[in-house]
Amino acid sequence: MNKRSSWSLPYLIFLVIFVVLPLILILVYAFQDAQGRFSFENITRFFSDKDALSTFGLSLEIAILNTLICLLLGYPAAWILANKKYNRSAVTVVLFILPMWINALMRTLATAELFNVLGITLGKGTLLFGMAYDYIPFMIYPIYNILSRMDHSYIEAAEDLGATPWKVFWRVTVPLSIPGVISGVMMVFMPTVSTFAISEFLTNNKIKLFGTIIQENINSSMWNYGSALALIMLVIIGITSLFSNDSKNAEGGLV
Amino acid sequence: MAASDKIIEIRHLSKSLGNKKVLDDITIDIRKGEFVTFLGPSGCGKTTTLRLIAGFLAPDEGEILFEGKDISGVPPYKRPFNTVFQRYALFPHLDVYDNIAFGLKLRKVPREEINKRVRRVLKMVGMTDYEDRDVDSLSGGQQQRVAIARALINQPKVLLLDEPLAALDLKMRKDMQIELKEMHKKLGITFIYVTHDQEEALILSDTVVVMNEGKIQQIGTPTDIYNEPRNCFVADFIGESNILNGKMFADRKVGFIYHDFDCIDEGFGENVPVDVVVRPEDIYIMKNTEGAQFTGVVESCVFQGVHYKMFVQTDTGYELMVQDYNAFDVGSTVGLVIRPEDIQVMHKERSLNTFEGEMVDETHVRFLDGEFECPRQPGVEKGQKVKVEVDFNKVELFDHQEEGVLSGFVYFMIYKGNHYHITVMTDEGHHIWVDTHDVWDKGDLVGINFPAKHIKITPLK
Repeated sequence: MNKRSSWSLPYLIFLVIFVVLPLILILVYAFQDAQGRFSFENITRFFSDKDALSTFGLSLEIAILNTLICLLLGYPAAWILANKKYNRSAVTVVLFILPMWINALMRTLATAELFNVLGITLGKGTLLFGMAYDYIPFMIYPIYNILSRMDHSYIEAAEDLGATPWKVFWRVTVPLSIPGVISGVMMVFMPTVSTFAISEFLTNNKIKLFGTIIQENINSSMWNYGSALALIMLVIIGITSLFSNDSKNAEGGLV
Repeated sequence: MAASDKIIEIRHLSKSLGNKKVLDDITIDIRKGEFVTFLGPSGCGKTTTLRLIAGFLAPDEGEILFEGKDISGVPPYKRPFNTVFQRYALFPHLDVYDNIAFGLKLRKVPREEINKRVRRVLKMVGMTDYEDRDVDSLSGGQQQRVAIARALINQPKVLLLDEPLAALDLKMRKDMQIELKEMHKKLGITFIYVTHDQEEALILSDTVVVMNEGKIQQIGTPTDIYNEPRNCFVADFIGESNILNGKMFADRKVGFIYHDFDCIDEGFGENVPVDVVVRPEDIYIMKNTEGAQFTGVVESCVFQGVHYKMFVQTDTGYELMVQDYNAFDVGSTVGLVIRPEDIQVMHKERSLNTFEGEMVDETHVRFLDGEFECPRQPGVEKGQKVKVEVDFNKVELFDHQEEGVLSGFVYFMIYKGNHYHITVMTDEGHHIWVDTHDVWDKGDLVGINFPAKHIKITPLK
């Protein structure tokens, strides 16, 4: 190892201890039964466990809904922030990012308290509200990033060719911002699949998500089954992120 | 010019971007089918003019008429113009076909017709069979052709081209110039072209509009602009030239480089200081000094491909640029002749620096945002408005900005045979003109001072 590359050693050690080893442990535990023998028992158990399957379905549903809400609210926000006609200061952008500086658990607890004060019953609606609130900056930022760096001459070219502002938006701005949208979708969708704290606080544990089940299993020392569930989730996330890498024009995004 | 001939009329157009006035009272008519080029250095306002015509900017003052109607309030997508952008602005998410068809699809042209027209226009720009290519996979020249095709397919009344060849290499640029010229001839569309390349402007255009600092310097055919530049800026910007101080003694009699010449200019008056332009190829150089108007010694001689470019020191101490197909030995004495019709005489824009100022006390005057010592003005009160005059060659320039009372930078310079005539732009945006023997470069930061004894004060009523 030459001198320069030895600088990467601390990072390498960090990666091995905190990323590679845990992943290997998950893999090993997932394919072991309670006696430590190799088996597919945990995986097959998941696919025959109706409760786990329906929670998994619900998790996907919530994650997809949340991603859609974030996209529908976040895209126009990013567009307005990136448009110099409406926003000339970077401060407004920071204001949108600002909530991310506060711990997500605190924000969630505060939101729950807010619903409590307003007398709104906790359930699916409050869960989605809280999730959108927590994750929308992750949608806005990559889209804002790509829109604000987009060459303005594309828009002028489209106008020049006869496109009304509406057509310019749909035929040029939106297609060119797709890499940002994909980044945003990934950054919202992936963490919401695995979230458990938000659902715990914002539904009083009425709604259980996949993350909750994993957490419960691990907490009650069901290491093997918990690991198998975590592995299944990782595979799902892996598949979605592969899909994002496939898209051409991946420049400008965050993932 | 018949009224119906005009397709675009620009009337008293002004535009400021931020605090800077980029266009100042531009007026010009453009005829149907004309190839008009706006030519000037960067920041002269040529691109702003084009963007105002395209509709991407709105004028502060003035109007743009299209076929006699004011189009100032018409958005770009409703104007029957199309633009070829400097960096092409081809849509990266669309292939060549969809880029070119973009305008037609918006107008809901039937599919078969789009197919037909895309094929035709691709053939015209020499890009047949490139329909399915990704625009990113094309070379600069090919992207350029697609950009032209994308604009032309909409059959615009006016084609706007914003430095379309600036990003191409020399050989490609030459080829495209010829093709553009042929396209213009064949299509009969009005072309409005923007470039900083004077050679390109002269090759392509029917009419050249030379611009500087937001103002039109001269409008004319390429030959007019080249042979009869109206001021030093045009003479210096277009081609190579010897620009010299001279004096018009009488009609058809002009003196410069301490020699008298016959010329063909009249009506300047008697003994009027003028600027004289002589193109280097218009100075005849010969070994024989008999029969020459004046003589000189060859200082340098460089082969330029077709001709030799020489600098000749005249018997009166001026340095002239001379072009000839023959080389002359460095150090040899040569005879030189300039014919009357090759001498271009121009009015001087100014003969000294003139500022408005205000007296601070009897020996101090304030102008250009600086305070200067000046000769005692007995009886002149504080606050008295005065005219301040300083000769070009009395202004002092310093290498270090802090050495001067004012600071600025060298904005423009021309060589006048035995000295440099420099335009200095102060930090506050004022112009100061300086004659100096020192060599400065454009953009040099300088300190500026006016020595007290050379400041001339005249009280204003």
